[in-house]
Amino acid sequence: MKLFKRQNNVLPGFGPTLGFTIFYLSLIVLIPLSALVFRTAGLTWGEFISTVTAPRVMASYKVTFGAAIVAASINAVFGVLVAWVLVRYKFPGRKIADALVDLPFALPTAVAGITLATIYSPNGWVGRLLEPLGIKVAFTPLGITLAMTFIGLPFVVRTVQPVVEEIEVELEEAALCLGASRWQTIQRVIFPMLLPSILTGFALAFARAVGEYGSIIFIAGNMPMVSEITPLLIITKLEQFDYRGATAIACVMLLASFLMLLIINLLQKWSRRYAE
Amino acid sequence: MSAPPRTSKERSQTEPAAVRWLLIAIAVTFLTLFLILPLAAVFSQAFEKGFSVYLAALREADTLSSIKLTLITAIVCVPLNLFFGVCAAWAIAKFSFPGKNLLITLIDLPFSVSPVISGLIYVLIFGLQGWIGPWLQDHDIKIVFAVPGIILATIFVTFPFVARELIPLMEAQGREEEEAALVLGASGLQTFWRVTLPNVKWGIIYGVILCNARAMGEFGAVSVVSGHIRGMTNTVPLHVEILYNEYNYTAAFAVASLLAFLALITLVVKTIAEWKVQQQLEKN
Repeated sequence: MKLFKRQNNVLPGFGPTLGFTIFYLSLIVLIPLSALVFRTAGLTWGEFISTVTAPRVMASYKVTFGAAIVAASINAVFGVLVAWVLVRYKFPGRKIADALVDLPFALPTAVAGITLATIYSPNGWVGRLLEPLGIKVAFTPLGITLAMTFIGLPFVVRTVQPVVEEIEVELEEAALCLGASRWQTIQRVIFPMLLPSILTGFALAFARAVGEYGSIIFIAGNMPMVSEITPLLIITKLEQFDYRGATAIACVMLLASFLMLLIINLLQKWSRRYAE
Repeated sequence: MSAPPRTSKERSQTEPAAVRWLLIAIAVTFLTLFLILPLAAVFSQAFEKGFSVYLAALREADTLSSIKLTLITAIVCVPLNLFFGVCAAWAIAKFSFPGKNLLITLIDLPFSVSPVISGLIYVLIFGLQGWIGPWLQDHDIKIVFAVPGIILATIFVTFPFVARELIPLMEAQGREEEEAALVLGASGLQTFWRVTLPNVKWGIIYGVILCNARAMGEFGAVSVVSGHIRGMTNTVPLHVEILYNEYNYTAAFAVASLLAFLALITLVVKTIAEWKVQQQLEKN
């Protein structure tokens, strides 16, 4: 049996383009990523476990995942609000605000990092105002959360926005005709429609925040056990030529991202079914 | 006389004016705090000590060499990923075959991997303790902690940009136009250049501009493989880090302002491209 059935398709070039796609994908992505898995497999199970559960490593997971959850939650709330405002209301500067939402995608992370660190340092534009209140942002876990909120900002807005655009006004009118108040309509009709996209955006923002490095290290303070994120710990191990330690921790992070990817795919499938 | 009753359409579609303006105010404040303030801070810090200090920081030899390296990296990475993106989109969008969804997921993979890991994997292969590191050393070839490593890591992190933009666009456009061209006697390449390409032009521009922005701005992955040799293996973002860590804030922000300016241009081109793609899709 032939693997590829003769298709009813007259377009040329399937073989070469698919061949190159798979070749290039293997060369750049699959083989290098498998190197990480193979190198980790070189460790014994005991070595692996003791490396990835060392107190300093555990503390870094706590900081990284904890801050990422808080940041993604902030983005879930404000992202929905921003998406709603951008689609439904007209106000001066709306188009510019809409375009600016993607700034965290376009601005190099190192630039974001030094800028946030400067603004929120005790004598920076915002840090100066927070200092008398006893709130320290730069060089604390709060700074990490802030940087993660910045880089995750576009995800929720951009996943929720198209769904808000597609809500049929008839549904809202039907709810109104059946006697629902505006608040009830939002609660019972609009929110359930938005929920899958909100969760998808949350998961995307969370996944991005967990792996982020550049925008965080300048504002984090990078104190072991307190404000050291896992990606930084990988680099620290690498700089100390502890290749095994770096590889083992990276493998845990990679597994976490695969898990997130799976969840995101399931969420997207769910939201697509909801749309139909 | 009381105001005329509002139509049900108006009422069903919108909140009371007070709520509306409150929500707008919250959204604008949030965006100002997180987006406009940092952007303003970059330029204000860069020009803090005047225009001549700003220019001097940019004219410095190490800065110029970092700009050169960043340009070289982008010039290699963007065309490679563009060629790949077009090939992948052609195979995936115009044909059906088993394992298509898996292939799309694998193409997207670099986006879900931490930049630090994207750099690490190349150290594990080409580094001294890596798979082919010893062989490379015997033959005096340097990949990691040299320019080829920087280029490889950058190709990895910018890998999906063009493909993921083109695949849905080409899928939405279907095969009819290409089939018509072929039936009328055009060759495969003629069909691609004259029919497919004009249809996806703005999608390509969109993918390329984002790919370029990331290629020039990548920090984490490049940081792992660069080795931070001043004037040799420092890209612009890495140079910003060095200047900042040396407390040379004005110079750091001057160089950073170049990247921020690039980001603004990227946003403008992206917005135009998005609008054009939308138009193209509506036309079909």
